[in-house]
Amino acid sequence: MTRFRKRKKTVIVSFAEHEADILANLLRNLVELLYDGMPPRVSESSDPLAALLDNDGPTSPPEDVVLQRLLPDAYKADDQAAGEFRRFTERGLRDSKASDARRVLAALEESPEDGIPLEADDQLAWLRALNDLRLAIGTRLDIKEEDDYSVWEKLPDDDPRRLTYDLYDWLGYLQSALLHNIR
Amino acid sequence: MTTAPSELESPEVDEAIELSPPWVTIVWNDPVNLMDYVTFVFQTYFGYSKSKAEKLMMQVHQDGKSAVSSGNREAMERDVEAMHSYGLWATCEKS
Repeated sequence: MTRFRKRKKTVIVSFAEHEADILANLLRNLVELLYDGMPPRVSESSDPLAALLDNDGPTSPPEDVVLQRLLPDAYKADDQAAGEFRRFTERGLRDSKASDARRVLAALEESPEDGIPLEADDQLAWLRALNDLRLAIGTRLDIKEEDDYSVWEKLPDDDPRRLTYDLYDWLGYLQSALLHNIR
Repeated sequence: MTTAPSELESPEVDEAIELSPPWVTIVWNDPVNLMDYVTFVFQTYFGYSKSKAEKLMMQVHQDGKSAVSSGNREAMERDVEAMHSYGLWATCEKS
């Protein structure tokens, strides 16, 4: 059972072992997805200036729908501006999302007996990483704004989406509980 | 005696210098993000009061979108990038 408690501004979270394993697995998948199909940075070895400017990113959205949601266009009606923006920022966004996920992973692996202490900047990284997982799973499940949530809640046990929806629901609980303890 | 002042040519007026129109950051509604989280992001990143953050969040939720910040284009691109890092669906456009 996941538990949250607070010591001054520090939020302390404890997981049952199987819960920590599930969360770690989801995060590893997320990190893998974030770098899926990404060519290594050309600038790393060859051109230090290009590396500094970091302008060697892709100009079109990723093909995968989850990545499209995690790395959306910054312009709605201007493909060229969206492409330029992506070229300069997409790699950085992938890196920052992966770094949040890895930070949570590292904390889960360490997982001290008396719970994982989360200071202010950990809390932000956890909130963002939990949110990215929810976005990824919600997009895979194709959850829509107009959906009636009671239908999702009442999926029969033998529905192949049941387990995934339960995970999605649990991640939402984690994020809410963490937020509640931060405020 | 003074000579009549030569007629001054009317000064050439440059085209009125237009201040570049401000841009806005739009946050779009999304079926996944929790309302509390969206409010928290507006408070944390923009430093908005809880009531302002909640008002903007409700606008996103009910109207499908809300302009959450305005300024020059560079600033709006920074805001959009930050919103994406928090997982909010945001774009920038001319207001």
